[in-house]
Amino acid sequence: MKLLGRVALYAGLTLAALTFIYPFLWMASATFKPLAEVGSIALFPDNPTLDNYRTMWARAPFGRALFNSTLVAGTITLSVLVFGSIAAYAMARLRFRGRPALNAVTMGVLLVPGQLTLIPMYTLIVQLGWIDTYAALIVPYLFNATAILMMRQFFLQIPQSLIDSARMDGMSELRILFTIFWPLSKPVLSIVAIFTFMGSWNEVLWPLLVVREQQLMTLPQLLTVFALGGGAGSIGVSLASAMVLVVPVVIAYAILQRNFIESMASSGVKG
Amino acid sequence: MAVPYVVFLLAFAAYPILFALVLVFLQWDLVTTPAFAGLDNMRLLANDGRFWRAVGNTFVFLSIHVPLQIAAALTLALALNRPLLFRSFWRAAFFLPVVISGAVVAILWSNLYATDVGLINGLLVRLGLRAVPWLTDPSTAMPAIAAMVTWKNVGFYVIIYLAGLQYIPRSCKEAIEIEGATTWQRFRHLTLPLLLPQTILVVTLSTINGFQLFIEPYVMTGGGPLRRTYSIVLYLYTNAFAYQKMGYAATIGVALAIIIGAVVLIQRKVIGRAEAY
Repeated sequence: MKLLGRVALYAGLTLAALTFIYPFLWMASATFKPLAEVGSIALFPDNPTLDNYRTMWARAPFGRALFNSTLVAGTITLSVLVFGSIAAYAMARLRFRGRPALNAVTMGVLLVPGQLTLIPMYTLIVQLGWIDTYAALIVPYLFNATAILMMRQFFLQIPQSLIDSARMDGMSELRILFTIFWPLSKPVLSIVAIFTFMGSWNEVLWPLLVVREQQLMTLPQLLTVFALGGGAGSIGVSLASAMVLVVPVVIAYAILQRNFIESMASSGVKG
Repeated sequence: MAVPYVVFLLAFAAYPILFALVLVFLQWDLVTTPAFAGLDNMRLLANDGRFWRAVGNTFVFLSIHVPLQIAAALTLALALNRPLLFRSFWRAAFFLPVVISGAVVAILWSNLYATDVGLINGLLVRLGLRAVPWLTDPSTAMPAIAAMVTWKNVGFYVIIYLAGLQYIPRSCKEAIEIEGATTWQRFRHLTLPLLLPQTILVVTLSTINGFQLFIEPYVMTGGGPLRRTYSIVLYLYTNAFAYQKMGYAATIGVALAIIIGAVVLIQRKVIGRAEAY
């Protein structure tokens, strides 16, 4: 009876795991299938081909989109870490007027749904003349309230004696932050880095609003426009373009899965 | 040191929130100068059948998605909470769709749901059942999207439930076993009540997430068939991007924020009352 229960448990888990993994495997294999085979459930194509990738690469600037996505997500992540941690350090360890208010406002920002500010943000970008620029994709995300609160929380636990002795040695606050706090804060910094990068990498609504020029589109946007606009022409081609977005993420996830799960679960970021 | 952040907050948080409330009273196409419109936007919204259709669609979505999400996440979390081989592998497998872009998932599933060549209908036909026109039949399109979103996010909620399960004291489990409780009784009277905080969190987060439904209908159905999958954010986006009605789009955004706040509050009240029994 007990053995039977174990067998049922593992059978159930295997079935569940397949439900989550198989569609992606099927997608990967479909990109190597000629049109006639795409509908088949088989994972291994009878006549493997790279045609879908050639078509996809020739019809839309996916190389450029890969570059754009990397640039945008990379810059945002770097800024959220560097400038965000400066703000978090000030909010945790420095005394200045308005600090309690700043903490409260940062928490309040988290409660405002993005849809409320979406249109005013869009009109702001239009008025700044930033439509079809990298600035439109990057600047509104340079700081992140969730990240600042997480880093602040972590910085609060670092002993004051470390700061005091560093100040005695004449270190500037920025040096204290980057040479003493950063090395101690690797866990929280990696959590912030992952969810910030993933949030930006997968974001699609904002780019759809502020970018119309194909050369400036990020991957999820180009992919959506390409699949919807009929540019792809066939399932295989549109799935091949999706692979450009998915493969780097799956590789990173395979290596750092524990960090990914911790990061995305604690921030509430869902692609 | 906090100055850059304060400047950022003023420009990209304070200003948009205040300007949203101003836009509600404006008519503006981004080209001509904005005109004061009084309560026109609100009046239009109150009588706009397409907006209320989108609200109704969202409730259809939520009524399927939220219970399904709780059931699926709880089942998987309970399975993962047992002594297991390869636990981190199973957990990683369930979490995989969470890290994948919603746009990719939508494109992938439009193919899985395809009526003639889709994988799902292929399986159904093999089992001797009839093919279902998932995304083109008005009665199945929204449930199909709700099932897909549940599939995509369940790994996230499994982690929430797993964290809760780890806090249930061993002594409680032992005590209820000594009392001779069956597995079902233990689940019903011990595990489920102790997981209430997690359940409230799952209900709240999946509800907020559901109100923000956009890329799935945008990619998979365009809001059809018969506008049955038209979501609030899709309608907001269309008003801003296709019709250039900034005042009205902002009004929809404000209304959406109010609806989300109200629904989450009501849910918490109702679940809180259920707890009292």
